[in-house]
Order: sequence, then C-alpha cells, then structure tokens
Amino acid sequence: MLSSELAVQTRGLTKRYGEKLALDGVDLSVPRGSVHGLLGPNGAGKTTTVRILATLTRADAGEAVVAGYDVRNQPREVRASIGLVGQQTAVDDLLSARQNLTIFGRLFRLDKATARRRADELLELFGLADAAKRSPKTFSGGMRRRLDLAASMILAPNVLFLDEPTTGLDPAGRREVWKTVRDLAEQGTTVLLTTHYLDEADKLCDRISVIDEGRNFIEDTPAGLKRRIGDERLEIAADDSAVLAQVAQIAGRVAGAEVTVVEGSLSVPVARGVRALTEAAAEIRQQGLEITDIGLRRPTLDEAFLHLTSRTEQEAAR
Amino acid sequence: MSVNDQTSQQRRSYALLPSGPVSRFTWAMKDCWTIVMQELTHLVRQPSTFAWQLGMPVVMVLMFVYVFGSAMDVTGQGAGEGYVDYAMPGMFAMTMAFGFMNTAFVVTLNKEKGFMDRFRSMPMSPSAVVTGRGVSDIIQAGVDLAVIAGVALVIGWRSGGSLAASMLAFGLLLWLRLALIFVGIYLGLLIKNTEVAGSLFAVAFPLGFISSVFAPPEMMPGWLGAIAAWNPVSSTANAIRELFETPGAGVGEASYWIDGHAIAGAIVWPVVIMAIFVPLAVRQFRNLSK
Repeated sequence: MLSSELAVQTRGLTKRYGEKLALDGVDLSVPRGSVHGLLGPNGAGKTTTVRILATLTRADAGEAVVAGYDVRNQPREVRASIGLVGQQTAVDDLLSARQNLTIFGRLFRLDKATARRRADELLELFGLADAAKRSPKTFSGGMRRRLDLAASMILAPNVLFLDEPTTGLDPAGRREVWKTVRDLAEQGTTVLLTTHYLDEADKLCDRISVIDEGRNFIEDTPAGLKRRIGDERLEIAADDSAVLAQVAQIAGRVAGAEVTVVEGSLSVPVARGVRALTEAAAEIRQQGLEITDIGLRRPTLDEAFLHLTSRTEQEAAR
Repeated sequence: MSVNDQTSQQRRSYALLPSGPVSRFTWAMKDCWTIVMQELTHLVRQPSTFAWQLGMPVVMVLMFVYVFGSAMDVTGQGAGEGYVDYAMPGMFAMTMAFGFMNTAFVVTLNKEKGFMDRFRSMPMSPSAVVTGRGVSDIIQAGVDLAVIAGVALVIGWRSGGSLAASMLAFGLLLWLRLALIFVGIYLGLLIKNTEVAGSLFAVAFPLGFISSVFAPPEMMPGWLGAIAAWNPVSSTANAIRELFETPGAGVGEASYWIDGHAIAGAIVWPVVIMAIFVPLAVRQFRNLSK
C-alpha cells in the first residue's frame, strides 16, 4: 500500500505500446504542496506518466496513488481531486473566456449561479477579467494558457498536472505561465509538470525527476542536478595533438577537474567559467601555444542526459 | 481571495455526488445537456460556420434540380418533368447521409485539441462527451431539414401526403441520421487527425450518390443498380417518396425486392447500422484509455 501523505506516489509504473516500452518502472514520490518536474527528452515517457496519473491511460503494471486515491480503482475520486492542462490548449475558441469557464464549471457539477461566480473569480485571479467577453482566439499564447490553467482550477484541485505548459510560447508567455504556476504552488496546490527545458525545471521546481527511456533514474533539487551535470564547460581546440596535450594540462590545473580530450579538442567542467577562461587563455598565450578555438559552453540537455545516464550506469556497475 | 478557498473541499465532494445508478443516469443526462448547450452556443456565436454547412445541400438542391434536372427523365413524361418531386426526397436523405462527416470531424477535432482528454480527466459522466455530440447533431439535422424544406417549398416542391405521413417521413430521415451519428463517432475516434477527417468525402460520396437519391437504380448498370437499391440511403429516400406521395414512387415496377419494402427498409437499416456501430464506437471510446 502506498502512502497517502504524498500528493502523488507511484511504484513500478509500466506501460507498453505494441513493441515499444513507454514506461519501464517509474517510481515517483511528490510531497503535498511541492512543485515536481519530470524532465526528459521527447519520447522519454513524461506524457505517458501524466496520462496514467490523470486517469486517461491505464498502466500495464505498477501502482499509482494521487491525492490519496488509487488511480486504477478510484478514478472518479482522482478526477475530482486533480486538474489537467494537456499539451494542447483545450479551450473553446467559439465561446468567450467566461463562457468557457462557466461550461467547465457546469461539467464539474456546480449549479448555474455558482459556475458563473466561480468563472468570474477565476478570471480575476488569472488576470483575465478584462478579456472575459472575448474569444480565446484573440488571446496571446500566454493568455490562452492562463485560461487553460483557470479551467483546470475550477474545483481548486489538490494536484495539478501540467504537460509541457510552455511549449510553443514566446518568452513573455513563458514568464506569465511561470508566474501563475508559482502563485498556485504558493497557495498550496501540488504541481507535477513535464518539460524538456532545463531552465524551466530549474525556475519552477522544488525537485526534478530526470526521466529517459521510460525510467526515472535521478531525482534531485535543481541545484543538486546542476551540480551533477556540471555548470559550464571550458572547451579548447587545437590542430596539433602535442599542443593539445600541453593545453590540457593547463586547463586541468586552472579548472581543477578532469579533462576529456576528443578528436582535436578538450573539454573540462568549470565552476567559475569566465575566470577559468581568462586564466587559461593568459597562460596559453604566455607559453606561445597555438590553439584554434576557445570558449565556454553550457551542456545541452542531451549531453546532460548522456552524462547522467552513464554515471548512474557506472554507479550501478560498482 | 485565493484559488483554494474554504468551499473548494465542499465543491470537490459535490462533484462526486452521483453514486447510485439512478443519480449517475441523471448526471449523465445533465452533463449531456451541458455539452449540447455548448454546441448550440457555437451556432449562436458563429452562425457563419453553420451557414456554410447548410450551403452545401442548398447549392446541391438548386444545382441538381435546375442544372442536371432539366435533362433527367425519371417519370417517363419527358426531361425535367416532375424531377423536383423526385429529387427533393433524395436531397433530404443525402443531407442526412452526409451528416456523419460533421460528426466525425468534430469528434476528431475534440480529440486533436485536447478536449477529449480534459473531459475525460474531469469527474463528469464520460459518456456525455459522446452523447452530447449526438443530441446536438440531431438538433442541427432538424434545423438542416427545415431550411432545405423551406428552399424546396420556394422552388415548387410540395408533399402530397397527409401531415402525419409527412411528419413520419421527417422522422425516418432523423432516424437515419441518428444511426449515422454512431458511424461518425466511430470514425471520428478512429481517425488520427482532422486532415484525414477531411478526406471522408471519399466515403460520403459513394454512400450519397450510389443510391436512388438522384436517379433510379433501374437506370444504372445492373451490378451498380443492385448496390444502389440496397444502399440504406435509398431505402430512406424511397420510403419518404412514398410518404410524400411523390408521383411515380412506390407504384408498379419494383426491380429490386428492397424497392417494394422501402418503409420497412428505412426503419430496419438504421437498426442494423446501430447494431454494428454502437458497439464499435463504445469499444473505440474505451480504447482511448489504452
């Protein structure tokens, strides 16, 4: 039996689509009132996980408890306790913003007057009061998403699922949505969101589960995760391999970390990037070494995954 | 004011109210009606969509009656003679037959836009998503028929039958439409996206045209005529021709057995269609959670 002290808990969630193993044993524990991120590339199993938790898809194996209810045996109780914002903005473009919220309110079993009152409350709360009578068709991406969020908050659910809430939004829209999600979390809603943006997970989440190929293999705070990935890397390229070996020594000393050399270029994680870069460059110049490129680079998510997965495999092998 | 006010717990428990089968049924009806209201609000807020949808059968009526009709001799009394009376019941039937495309398109659109997921993640009655669609489609079909009947009256069509017979005729038309709603729901759930739904014309055209809608099957090559005669749309078209007492209908040479039993066909065919497609649609709906 899974604990009901947690807002979301899963054990060994498994899902197969034909030949493809979409989920291969996902274990999650999300404390009440926290914001939890599922971070991973496309096809990692993030959406499948959310769909199972939101009772849209049945898992082949494993357990899942949401807001204290079993997803498999108490789907209606789960549905009354959750909000879902899917990848598409599920708002009706042919209705006004207010009509949208009223209809969803009616489907949440509010009586007519309450549904209208709740619609107005939510429009106010989500900063859409001025646009109440307009069609969402005329909204910016951020406003549409906010209306979508408002529709999922009609019953003030304990747990809110957001599947890639900012995909396709411009920077302003992303900031709007981030602010809204933070506000909701502050008021006590547990949020489980999926994203493939490292910075989004970093800005919003208390804890992040990194998920790839249907498994979550790391769970950490954003700070801890960044430490594992290594903040920035200093990269230097040189044509002459003898020169590169010398440069590698310098870089290793400056960064105080292990240097990786691959095909005419080296890479080393650095804590304070700019300082390491200028120090290394000064010394290289002093010694008159010929290099072709030098720069700082943040690891891409792909590299981070590669790095994290290979490390956990090494740890597992030990 | 906060998102989580003190009444929210109360609201959540309220959302779970239907526990017994009777109250579940009542809520399923209420949820269905909410969806119907949503659909009908569309018509009010965007009448142009509805107008375009109606444009097609109206244009077809005018085109067939005046462009092709003048060359058609269906009564044996010369080209164009009595063609309005022959073609109008066909038009009504064809409009009903083509209606399944609208159903399928909207179902696919709801799936594509994430509505289906949102509805299914809510504590509402799951069947209301589909039944609401069906009821609003029937209401729309009623409006469609009224408008086309209006156009028909203007261009000189009259029902020769009694009021009761004429009402029965419209009832049979809606009966066919009802059966095809389940075909539309099934296809809509089956189809991946709205682009594919657009190509449903490839199914709709043979269903509408290889029938007795525009021309008597006896005038077609033998094998095609047999298909046309046994087309459910033909049964409905022929049945309402009888009920409207269209000159030359239902009398004399019934080349195919089904021609002589049009009203029975118009009642039974939709039952057969529903017997096949209701379970298919239910299964497809359940498959959504796979």
